[in-house]
Amino acid sequence: MLELILQIFTDYTLRNVALGSALLGVIGGVLGAFTMLRRQSLLGDVLAHAALPGICLAFILTGSKVPLILLLGGGLAGWLASLGVLAVLRHSRLPEDSALGVMLSSFFGFGIALLTFIQHGNNANQAGLDQFIFGQAATIVASDVLNFMVLGGLALFTVGLFYKEFKLLSFDPDYAHSLGLPVRGLGTLLTSLTVLAVMVGLQTVGVVLMAAMLIAPAAAARQWTDRLSSMIGLSALFGALAGVSGALVSASRENLPTGPLVILSISAILLVSLFLAPLRGLVWDWVRTGQNRRRIFLERLLLDAHVLHNHDVLTAQTLAHRRRESPAAAQRHLEMLQARGWVQPGHAGYALTPAGHQKAHELEQAMRVLPKTLEGT
Amino acid sequence: MNADLVIIVTAILVSTAAALVGTFLVLRRMALLSDAISHAVLPGIVLAYWLSGGERATLPALLGAAAAGLVTVTLVEWLTRSGKVKNDAAIGIVFPALFSLGVLAVSLYFRHVHLDMDAVLYGEIAYAPFNTLALWGREIPESWLVMGSLTLLNLLFVLLFYKELKLSTFDAGLAAALGFAPGVLHYALMALVSFTSVGAFQSVGAILIVAFLIIPPATAYLLTQRLPVMIGLAVGVGVVSSLAGYGLAIWLDASIAGMMATVAGICFALAFLFSPLGGYLTTRLRRERERLEVAARLLVAHLAHHERPVSEQEVLAEFGWNPAFLRRTRDKALQEGWLEVLRDGMRPTPSGLAFNKTRFAEDL
Repeated sequence: MLELILQIFTDYTLRNVALGSALLGVIGGVLGAFTMLRRQSLLGDVLAHAALPGICLAFILTGSKVPLILLLGGGLAGWLASLGVLAVLRHSRLPEDSALGVMLSSFFGFGIALLTFIQHGNNANQAGLDQFIFGQAATIVASDVLNFMVLGGLALFTVGLFYKEFKLLSFDPDYAHSLGLPVRGLGTLLTSLTVLAVMVGLQTVGVVLMAAMLIAPAAAARQWTDRLSSMIGLSALFGALAGVSGALVSASRENLPTGPLVILSISAILLVSLFLAPLRGLVWDWVRTGQNRRRIFLERLLLDAHVLHNHDVLTAQTLAHRRRESPAAAQRHLEMLQARGWVQPGHAGYALTPAGHQKAHELEQAMRVLPKTLEGT
Repeated sequence: MNADLVIIVTAILVSTAAALVGTFLVLRRMALLSDAISHAVLPGIVLAYWLSGGERATLPALLGAAAAGLVTVTLVEWLTRSGKVKNDAAIGIVFPALFSLGVLAVSLYFRHVHLDMDAVLYGEIAYAPFNTLALWGREIPESWLVMGSLTLLNLLFVLLFYKELKLSTFDAGLAAALGFAPGVLHYALMALVSFTSVGAFQSVGAILIVAFLIIPPATAYLLTQRLPVMIGLAVGVGVVSSLAGYGLAIWLDASIAGMMATVAGICFALAFLFSPLGGYLTTRLRRERERLEVAARLLVAHLAHHERPVSEQEVLAEFGWNPAFLRRTRDKALQEGWLEVLRDGMRPTPSGLAFNKTRFAEDL
């Protein structure tokens, strides 16, 4: 493993693949943070799928396979698709998800038609265009990495420039509008920057899987923090981590495509974040729920015991009868209360200790407060 | 059997089956869930392929795909309900992960077998005539049998549970209150979407099936507000896309499924622009017409206040219109017979005056 990591610095191909994937992770992570907060996660999916016909048309029109030209074509098509979605949403009553689905599948279908049209034609130069569908990171060379740096640098620089505006746009677009900010223009700008991120991802993960690079890092980062600045930083970090680890794993064996591995890495990071992130993690949710359940169970048990203590005798039999459980279970429950120091064995069965009385009294008071506050309102 | 016929009938069956369930996906705002399901079908098929020992049998593939589809839906719902990520993000997380697993498995273990990635992308409907089954002593294309039974299944589902589907789609709360089981219906629908996705997988591929599930119903949605009409239109758009797409694909020597999706997209664009129900251009034309009519009435009302004919310059000075607009307004009023043009200006006709006495004039 260590040897593999060291190869990043010595192996030319691996270095480029790892760098390209890492750059994709950073850019996707940063822009994904905004798209996720604006609830436009799947717009990235549409942009990516819609890039395919653009790539094919760029090839048909220019006859060249220079990556930058193809990426520009793809970006342009994605951008057009996003405008299409906006137009449909603004001028028809079609729900948003259908509008996204329609644009995604019709652009992608057109792309497939163009791709096969090119493949069936007599153009000897056409091989390799389909690499953009699932990505083929192994084809990334130094000049591609340079392209990624320029495209990504442009996107990151613009985000830095408009950070305050984008932040406001993501959290409170109405307020932004009331301040006189050009909300629509800023939204279009952010979408255009997302197009840049998609262009960086086309060669690495391809059009089909690109959506995850825009969503998963941001969703993972969201679990760890409530601050936008640290969320963006974490999101970029997670994306880069996934990019590098995907590239490393795919280099470790033959026939391991990089794109899917990068996606699986970021999915794994997300899964860990969902379960283990401090405060928001599901595991802590379960622990808290378990603790609450246990506390409430004990409190109800104590209240039952309290009632029996005051009006009857507190024995395993009476408790079992009251709680409709077996005497053995009631005995166990009494011992649980005893362990807490709330009851102690008395002359006939059990008796509440002063601490138990005190606690039961507090609980009864707390239960009375609720109806009273309701009355007051 | 005629190869063209086999392909066209297969395509029509695919689009009909997809339109039947797709209508409810669009109405229930679950269009993108079908996108997720159709991607997630891949690992299900790979798993079934692996479990059945490398046989490319239809039944295990169907079951595997249905399972994968339900896993997708469950995962998305679980993620959404946990409150950690929003619904759309949950979809965008689950399907790439599952699809990646599928791609990885294909490239690791099934690299040289029939399950190649081209088939995943745009299917192999062109091969439909070569896969035939002997049934009742006749050669029947396998795709007819698979897609025919799926179309029948979807049709039966929609017919039998029409009332329940309608109610739970438009008013889920009432449906639950009346004791229908929206959850069961929901999962049944999702299972049918998965079935349809995998059945169509061989014909149009995992991703393009979304085009058949969403675009025709979305097109129909723009054209009508009645459910039965919408289902019918969706099927119709699907059939038209199949026929036209096939013709174009043969002409251009391109992917049949891709071309069908393209034609469906064009149908959608046409409906978006020209739908009588608030199509973009329809609305603009209607607004323009109404604007002109109001202006013409205003002009006649203005003329009626004068004893003498009024020249165009006076009207322009009074209303502040530009000359071109006045000319169009005058032509409109002339066409309606509300005014006549004399040598020294315009004057309302008797019909224009009579019209001016109606309530419209009082409003002015």
